[in-house]
Amino acid sequence: MSHAPDARFAAAGRPSPPLIPGLAIAAIGVLVLLLALPFVGLIARVSPRTLLVRLGEPAVLEALRLSLLTSISATALVVILGTPAAYLLATREFRGKRLLEVLIQLPMVLPPTVAGFALLMAFGRMGFAGHWLSAFGVSLPFTTVGVILAQVFMAAPFFIAPARAGFAGVDPRLLDAAATLRASETQRFLRVMLPLALPSLVAGVSLSGARALGEFGATITFAGNLPGVTQTMPLAVYVALQSDLDAAVVLSVLLLVMSFGLLLGLGSAPPGWMGVRSGAGHPGSPPHR
Amino acid sequence: MKGLRACLVAAVLCFTSSVPIAHAAGAPKQTLRVFAAASLADAFREIATAFEREHPGLEVQLNLAGSQQLASQLANGAAADVFASADERWMSDVREKQLVDGEPRVFAHNRLVVILPRTNPARIGRLQDLTRRGIKLVVGADAVPVGRYSREMLQNLARLDGFDVDYARRVLANVVSEEENVKSVVGKVQLGEADAGIVYRSDVTPAIARYVRAIEIPEPANVLARYPIATLAGSRMPDDARAFVALVLSPSGQSVLQRRGIMPVTGTP
Repeated sequence: MSHAPDARFAAAGRPSPPLIPGLAIAAIGVLVLLLALPFVGLIARVSPRTLLVRLGEPAVLEALRLSLLTSISATALVVILGTPAAYLLATREFRGKRLLEVLIQLPMVLPPTVAGFALLMAFGRMGFAGHWLSAFGVSLPFTTVGVILAQVFMAAPFFIAPARAGFAGVDPRLLDAAATLRASETQRFLRVMLPLALPSLVAGVSLSGARALGEFGATITFAGNLPGVTQTMPLAVYVALQSDLDAAVVLSVLLLVMSFGLLLGLGSAPPGWMGVRSGAGHPGSPPHR
Repeated sequence: MKGLRACLVAAVLCFTSSVPIAHAAGAPKQTLRVFAAASLADAFREIATAFEREHPGLEVQLNLAGSQQLASQLANGAAADVFASADERWMSDVREKQLVDGEPRVFAHNRLVVILPRTNPARIGRLQDLTRRGIKLVVGADAVPVGRYSREMLQNLARLDGFDVDYARRVLANVVSEEENVKSVVGKVQLGEADAGIVYRSDVTPAIARYVRAIEIPEPANVLARYPIATLAGSRMPDDARAFVALVLSPSGQSVLQRRGIMPVTGTP
């Protein structure tokens, strides 16, 4: 199982002057401080007692319930819609593949407000698809389904990237072996690909789930802001920041703990998934037979 | 502790898309930072330009957002010289925190209107129609001045002949989104996503009027929005801050407001 990333790291790790480790440690120290200090500040801002008392407040619970409902639904949809795409990208070459790749990656870099605005232009009442939907009495803006749609849009790439890397990382010889045993493509997918790629898929679930949980800009632009209907935890934080700072801190700490737990519990991303694009393990090429 | 506060302020500032970025190079111009309610956007841009013309070497940086958001930024240590709020609640809030220098002055008034998309998808003909089930109404959140004024106005309407005593509650049951500043309410109606919205009369600018139509509110039920302005205690250029406030209160500043559909406060001492 000597994989491309290892080779790469070996190449990069040639003997280096002794100055570098010291600088590297300093850089890491700065980075850790930069990342950790805001969280420490947030948690230090509120006493555990206040935290516990305010956690039970109906407004907090309402936002929590809505956030759980929407982000779990969104993540489920992302897995259902994203797995075939990830498999396709990992195993096939086809015309327009690069365009599909970029299209799927786009929400990762797009400002969420732009994404929400684009969603309005498409699925809003006056949008071209929304216009058609409204003929059937379906309207997405200002609804909980609209929140889920915004979250799916923003979170899908965070599942598809690691899932694709997982599929691409499956040793093609195992698939060949399965093929010689007359396993159909479906069988090869279910019996070989899926089990071997499972850690990557789980990592993708945790990343996209955390992204859906934290979605703000696309949601408030596309779905609006109404407690109990579209006001998820990030929106509730934004509103509370302007009037009730304690509530904002409580909700933020809650979000922080949930995201941390999600990433820690499920997000053991297989080494190198971020780096699959370079090196010998090009995702598109290997297992394609 | 200072660091924590700075983090929080940075977080708050990141949330507001309207925070202007400080100019990097160029002549070392002094910057006067004016925090103003979103509904003042057009008028204050014009007044700021006039102020810069009168004071070469000075540059006005406008931070336009919901008054509640500006108050929260100020409370968390954002540096500013002038604060113009769309209601007295947030001015008092800032004042109670000892952030205001001197007495705030009311410099403008405003009235509310109900706006509908030009296409009027919900076929709303009069204010009573807003109680019809399924209407998509967008208002300001309760913390936002326009949101508070809107709720007050609906209560006033409920006391008029021809309106249900239950009017306000039934209208508010149709709210599909509570926006963080009045311009977002305008946007949702302008895009045709909402059936109706409650905004200031001054928000129906000629540009917006191409997309929306307004339903006037009977004068006895309408509220009079009061806009106070004050210089801030933390200002490092208090003289310039006072000069800006003076310009807003001057006949030329007042006429700019009037041209933008905001009611000047004539005859204030």
